Amino acid sequence: MADLVTLAKPASLSPARSRAGDRLGRKVRRNASAHGFLIGAVLCFAFFSWYPMYREIVMSFQKTQLGVTSWAGWANYRRIFHDPTFWVAWRNTVEFTILALIVGYAVPFFVAILLNELRHAKGYLRCLVYLPVMLPPTSALLLFAYFYDPTYGLFNDILHTLHLPTSQWVQSPGTTPPTMAMISVVIAATWMNMGGATLIYLAALQNIPGELYEAAEIDGAGLFRKIRHITIPQTRLILSMLLLLQIVATMQMFVEAFILTNGGAGVNDNTLSVVNLIYQYAFALSGASNYHSASALGVVLMLVLAVFSGGYLWLTRQPER
Amino acid sequence: MADSATRTLISSAQLNRPRSRIYYRIVLTLVVVIFTLIFIGPLYFLFTDGLKSTQEAVQVPPTLIPAHVHPSTYASAWSRVGLGRLLFNTLYYAFGALVLQLVFDVAAAYSLSRLRPVLGNVIFALMLATLMIPATVLIVPQYVTVADLPLLHLNLIGSPAAIWLPSVANAFNIFLLKRFFDSIPDDLLAAAAIDGASPLRTLRSVVLPISRPIIGVVSIFALVAVWKDFLWPLLVEYGYNPSRETLNVGIWEASSTTTQNLVLAASAMAAVPTLIFFLIFQRNILAGLTAGSLKG
Repeated sequence: MADLVTLAKPASLSPARSRAGDRLGRKVRRNASAHGFLIGAVLCFAFFSWYPMYREIVMSFQKTQLGVTSWAGWANYRRIFHDPTFWVAWRNTVEFTILALIVGYAVPFFVAILLNELRHAKGYLRCLVYLPVMLPPTSALLLFAYFYDPTYGLFNDILHTLHLPTSQWVQSPGTTPPTMAMISVVIAATWMNMGGATLIYLAALQNIPGELYEAAEIDGAGLFRKIRHITIPQTRLILSMLLLLQIVATMQMFVEAFILTNGGAGVNDNTLSVVNLIYQYAFALSGASNYHSASALGVVLMLVLAVFSGGYLWLTRQPER
Repeated sequence: MADSATRTLISSAQLNRPRSRIYYRIVLTLVVVIFTLIFIGPLYFLFTDGLKSTQEAVQVPPTLIPAHVHPSTYASAWSRVGLGRLLFNTLYYAFGALVLQLVFDVAAAYSLSRLRPVLGNVIFALMLATLMIPATVLIVPQYVTVADLPLLHLNLIGSPAAIWLPSVANAFNIFLLKRFFDSIPDDLLAAAAIDGASPLRTLRSVVLPISRPIIGVVSIFALVAVWKDFLWPLLVEYGYNPSRETLNVGIWEASSTTTQNLVLAASAMAAVPTLIFFLIFQRNILAGLTAGSLKG
């Protein structure tokens, strides 16, 4: 008994101390290994995401002369606000966004409603709508540029055969919105991208409880009243989320205008988007390449987009109703 | 299909009436024909117009079926545009990005979900915050940063790392993976811990095998993103040395210097790998698309 006590005493003391040390040690080790797992991704975020965000804001307030970078205050912002192209680019971007919403937002919704009603060929039709999304954008856009060609293009040939007036399509010179040039860009962009939205709507439609439709039928509701009073309210969350996502995506339009007009921005800049202008400021105006003005423009676009993506995040946090 | 049982706008009873049946048949046929024309029609021209002669491709009015088939257009487009090189470059960038994303993003999501380090929540929030700011907006500072990495003073322009490393900073991937890892029952991981498995061992032998579906989704997103990107590879690879350009950039560059039939043949060949990829994985791609976006 006594032996046990004397034995137990030192034994019970030292494990207590070592247990505390152990716990700390284990905690440190556990955290070290946890951070070890994280470090690769965190470094990539730091270098290629977080730092560039900070850098964009800093660069927009700087200037570089003869290799020396110094503080410039609001000079870059004043310069871009005084550049008439800045306003042209914004007008075009808003025009593109609105047109793309009218076509690229409503069309997929009704296509999804239509597809959801069909009992046959579902898999085939779903694949069809999504097929263009998988194409390399350059392939799709060069094909559309070929269709749009005013002399030998397919679209003008179809219009000609139907005895309709032909068009210059993406090469139309007009600058008063809505321009034919921008409508052409929107048609190509919608063909390329509508698959994603359509399939998301389709999934949302399938989540609508069937009893709601049954109840509405008992109340004598017709097709359109069912769409208005059941389908749309039931998919409202997805509808508004996609609306915001689509605004954010379309306001960053670059490649469509760039390739359809072969690296340019349309006749009289009528398809020049804000991102096209950032590219021109930073990389394309030979000799006058200016990262600082481009950064200032980037900050302006970032602020505008942040409003919409903030709205998106706010919506997705709402409890689902 | 399971979802055919879902009750939709028009009830099956209503559809089974003889008159509705005829209407349904008409609508179905119309939809199938119109959708095929709209979505496959352009692809028909993409593939057949590359077979036309240089004159026929720009002939007025355009011909529906090539009058004379010139398969040699494809061969000369392949060599003139250097499609072999472009294809190799693009695959190299895409699979490199895929491997790095899987290694780093899976590890990070696992750590955030299961190991829960100090400040993990703050790091995760900062990652999610990058979703608010789309990449194109940051193109200039990103380019400047890649040209001269802070602290390390490395210039990555022209190296594949300029595409690979930024692709790892993908908050959406980490979000999807973390959400999946969060849903793994604790008991399963506790059992591994009792058996004395290290975190790495648990990740490899327990977490990864059951996470195959979500890893498939993330992999498809990763490959498609690099495959479809245009502006970033234009700046960091083509801008450095045209021999390092991707398919998208290479075909765009060729489009201003070669004839229309060559451009179309090259575009058609560039589309083939993605079309095959889509046909093989269409089920996973379509399922992943809705899984990734709906429950956000």
